[in-house]
Amino acid sequence: MAVGVQVGRQTRVGMSGNEAVAYAVKQSNVDVVAAYPITPQTIIVERIAEYVNNGELNAACVAVESEHSALSACIGASLTGARVFTATSSQGLALMWEILWIASAMRTPIVMALANRALSAPINIHCSHDDAYAVRDAGWIQFFAEDVQEAYDLTIQAFRIAEDERVLFPVIVNLDGFILSHGVEALYVLDDESVNAFLPPRKPINTIDVEKPMTYGPLVLYDYYMEFKRAQAEAFNNSYPAILGILQEYSKLSGRNYAPIKTYGMEDAEAALVVLGSSAGTARFVARRLREQGKKVGVVSLTLYRPFPRDELARVLRRVKSVVVMDRSYSFGSPGAQLFMDVASALYDEKERPLLVNAVYGLGGRDFTAEQAEMAFRIALETARSGEVKERQVWLGVR
Amino acid sequence: MSSLLSWRDLGIGCVISEPGNSVQYKTGDWRAHRPVIDQTKCIKCLLCWVYCPEPAITRHNDDRVEINYDYCKGCGICANECPVKAIKMVSEGV
Repeated sequence: MAVGVQVGRQTRVGMSGNEAVAYAVKQSNVDVVAAYPITPQTIIVERIAEYVNNGELNAACVAVESEHSALSACIGASLTGARVFTATSSQGLALMWEILWIASAMRTPIVMALANRALSAPINIHCSHDDAYAVRDAGWIQFFAEDVQEAYDLTIQAFRIAEDERVLFPVIVNLDGFILSHGVEALYVLDDESVNAFLPPRKPINTIDVEKPMTYGPLVLYDYYMEFKRAQAEAFNNSYPAILGILQEYSKLSGRNYAPIKTYGMEDAEAALVVLGSSAGTARFVARRLREQGKKVGVVSLTLYRPFPRDELARVLRRVKSVVVMDRSYSFGSPGAQLFMDVASALYDEKERPLLVNAVYGLGGRDFTAEQAEMAFRIALETARSGEVKERQVWLGVR
Repeated sequence: MSSLLSWRDLGIGCVISEPGNSVQYKTGDWRAHRPVIDQTKCIKCLLCWVYCPEPAITRHNDDRVEINYDYCKGCGICANECPVKAIKMVSEGV
């Protein structure tokens, strides 16, 4: 049991994002953990190993020689019907890449904590969203935590979502490297009984069974590959209502509101930022200050990144005059960075739609400061006033 | 094509729940050249039967061999291995 201040059935504790994720994994009664150490994720798996060693968690920790093997082991474990967890960052996720697609296509529930870190080169250990973006097409559900509380809450929800028979897809919970993975914050943790009630033991289908042999991952050529992908696409899109329902159920249980997107000031905003991850708090802090000065600004942050909450986003953004989409990454040669392209696509079909600017910021752990957020809002406000996009893409906080 | 299933009929994760059903998957149409055995030259040494990777060569009780064209992919190994050149690879045409 967590040491902290008892508040109703929850306990207020201080934990880093990594510790909070590990605690959530422990409470989720995971069966198999296969991971390879990489900064800034390492502490998650270290803590889980301690829980297992102390007898607090009955799980198999599989030592592997690489992330490629880690995820491969996770797929095998998931096929046996186990509850499975892994964690990685940046280069580690890059090494998992080919297996990510297999995990999704084979419909193996796996939960992965991804402590977001910039991809090399130059080598860096701090936060960018390159890693998460680079696997957006692989068929994993992806959440972004804004703070340590969300990293904890989303991890528990991720197991329930991944294993739901209406879903059966692997889930990534993103937490900004160092900012959240190592930042210690106060959070509320649920009691074990509440987690157990929310997350009963997995009820697997098509499990590996020597008495009932089946073929997993067969060769599928031009006669069926397309039908197979069509079925996978349908299943992935159909997971959306199930995800919504589970977020709502957890919101009731925890008293903390979970939905695909979060909005601030959007009821009357003329200029807005769209952000992912820990930057949302900074953006809202500055938005509040600007709203006190009478500026009609707002913030939209995405908790759910894949499946992309297109309709919700279009609904809150279509009447805004100008939006700056904030990307903690860069997509070489693309019409914009990754989130920008998604937001632009989401808005294209709307009769009314805002002028869009893309801001690249915070790469490799560069601080996202209030000044940068204010600069982004000023760009949005000026674009809204003039009705003209001066620069389609800007870099914030670069010399 | 009409006998093929729609995407709506596929199982979750493309798991094949019935073991050993690869025999239903005929690979003969991959073939560009078909091996043809000249039975008058064949000495029944069975090297083709041993080497066929598929295996798509049927061995009869009297050690006579026959190509199973449902599965033969036309790799030509049998023709290459035959010590008496009794197997010829013949173009399937267009």
